[in-house]
Amino acid sequence: MTTAAPALSVEGLSVDFRTRSGIVRALDNVSFAVDKGETIALVGESGSGKSVTAYAVMGILDPAGKVTAGRAMLGGLDLLSAKPSQLADVRGREIAMIFQNPRTALNPIRTVGRQIADVLIRHGNVPRRDAPGQAIDMLRAVGITDPARRAKAYPFEMSGGMCQRVMIAIALAAKPSLLIADEPTTGLDVTTQAVIMDLVNDLAKEMGMATIFITHDLALAGQRSARIVVMHAGHVVENAPTEELFTHPRHPYTAELIAATPDSAASLDELASIPGSLPDLRRTDLPPCRYSERCPRKIDACAQPLPRSTSASGHMVACWNPMPERIADAPTESAA
Amino acid sequence: MTILLDVADVSKLFPVGGGPGPLARFKRRFSGGPEKLPKVYAVDNVSFTINKGETVGLVGESGCGKSTLVRALTRLVDVSDGSIKLGTRELSLKPSRVFARDRDRARIQMVFQDAGESVNPRFTAFDAIADPLRRLRKMRGKALTQRVETVASQCGLPLPFLSRYPHQLSGGQRARVGIARAIAVEPELLVLDEPTAALDVSVQVVILQLLQRLKREFGMSYLFVSHDLSVVRLLCDRVLVMYLGKIVESGPAAEVFERPLHPYTQALVAAVPRLHENGTGRLRLTGEPRSPIDPDPNVCRFYGRCPLSAAMCKTTMPKLRRFGPRQVACHFAEEFLLVPKA
Repeated sequence: MTTAAPALSVEGLSVDFRTRSGIVRALDNVSFAVDKGETIALVGESGSGKSVTAYAVMGILDPAGKVTAGRAMLGGLDLLSAKPSQLADVRGREIAMIFQNPRTALNPIRTVGRQIADVLIRHGNVPRRDAPGQAIDMLRAVGITDPARRAKAYPFEMSGGMCQRVMIAIALAAKPSLLIADEPTTGLDVTTQAVIMDLVNDLAKEMGMATIFITHDLALAGQRSARIVVMHAGHVVENAPTEELFTHPRHPYTAELIAATPDSAASLDELASIPGSLPDLRRTDLPPCRYSERCPRKIDACAQPLPRSTSASGHMVACWNPMPERIADAPTESAA
Repeated sequence: MTILLDVADVSKLFPVGGGPGPLARFKRRFSGGPEKLPKVYAVDNVSFTINKGETVGLVGESGCGKSTLVRALTRLVDVSDGSIKLGTRELSLKPSRVFARDRDRARIQMVFQDAGESVNPRFTAFDAIADPLRRLRKMRGKALTQRVETVASQCGLPLPFLSRYPHQLSGGQRARVGIARAIAVEPELLVLDEPTAALDVSVQVVILQLLQRLKREFGMSYLFVSHDLSVVRLLCDRVLVMYLGKIVESGPAAEVFERPLHPYTQALVAAVPRLHENGTGRLRLTGEPRSPIDPDPNVCRFYGRCPLSAAMCKTTMPKLRRFGPRQVACHFAEEFLLVPKA
């Protein structure tokens, strides 16, 4: 990785959930880092632990979940062992989050202008008197037409795309240094998705903000981030610069995920499906590699604890039998 | 090729009453009847055909009238105007509540978006698949069991799962139940409303391949509604692009996606994330769509959001014009036809 101190570095994060049918280790030894001003993507299928990672870092895990190990360093502060009062100061000011479903994440009985003003007053050191005016400026910055009128609207009066813009305005109101965007465009149209993602990218660039972008859409992640962290069943299986990940995936799961993305094939028959499904995490006899039971490249060594090898270019893979470093496929031409 | 479904000039308008409350009620009462109320033009004068064995994709953003059109075709709502012909049978004359018991009900079936929500939670998978057979085929007893099991295995649903309830099934298995119950009565036309939207990519692939296999085996026609263009490209022969109640472009899927002629289609195609390509510096739509309530019949529906937006677009509604196998509703379609493809 680079020499500069990262904006956030997560090291060995493990999270357990207590359930009626036993303990689920939802995250197991998850490590990754985001540099200042960098955009990375957390990618994986549902149930892979992407959102749990974000919630753990934000300190908003469900009460049934418990961080059992690891650190999440934001500057000099470990978010996982910080006191609630310290966290409350950091959240909103240093780290902000955009949630998956803006309609349920916004307060339904407060106008959007007031919700933005709340953040400005609490975290942005804005005098109470100036907050409404600045809230309108924020709405304008996220591309809402007629912001003065829209500031008086309630979330239910706005379309999904508009609500998402409001969420972004709230998240960015106090100019955080790190933004976590948890599937910010699920449920939006592709045209709106493109506009919202452009907006997040542009604002991040403008403010020099680091972004962790959580998605299940590999193609979208590739378009928007410099580095991709692939998760499977609570493990980080691969972490690599975007171009390299697409052209030379090393973990078999990543390779299958790429092959299953509709965009990668010319016809339906060419699309590969991934056999099997996520293992039941409640099991006590989970193999060290949680992918090994679905893996076509399984070898005897897979029964040993996961290796973690990182190449010179910062390509991390957790696999005993990874794909060869250069596979013989020509990189697809890009129409930039 | 024989035409299976012929949709001609179908419109569906919904009166809007101006909300709840005594004042609005008073206004409605003295406005001169429901026909005087403003109307949402959910589907406005739409015509197209589906051939036997063809897969047609229907794309467009949310609120453009895809679902209303689909509900009208499957006869779940009545149309305001126009005709829907299935083979030689005119379907639009029978009110939808009567059509539920019609002999042709079995000929058009539908797979809904999220099987977790569209399957009765108190029905086991068996009951869900058996229900249309009981109602439309009057099957009972052994024949019924046999038919359900055949269909379930055709859809790749293991037989022990038939006794499970929807919440005990995974997303992919629920999708299979949704498909199995739709094809149980051997429909000629299957309407699929975003059948894979709630699924992970790895499961999505399996379901799409299942759909393609079923189509080849039984020679059904599909109308596939989706906003995921990369899926439509793989599955569909032909594609219809809808914008605010109107079809703005149609044609062979490969051609439409390779060289979209309507500016809306262009923006749609440009917005699809691609592997190996970064998405910056491409065509973006600005602004919000025009209101679908009593739209001006002389203004192009895309006016205001369209990067072209010429003076002509404000005075004349572009008609759907034919270019070989394709149809486009834009005054400037010719210009894009000449541009070499990117």
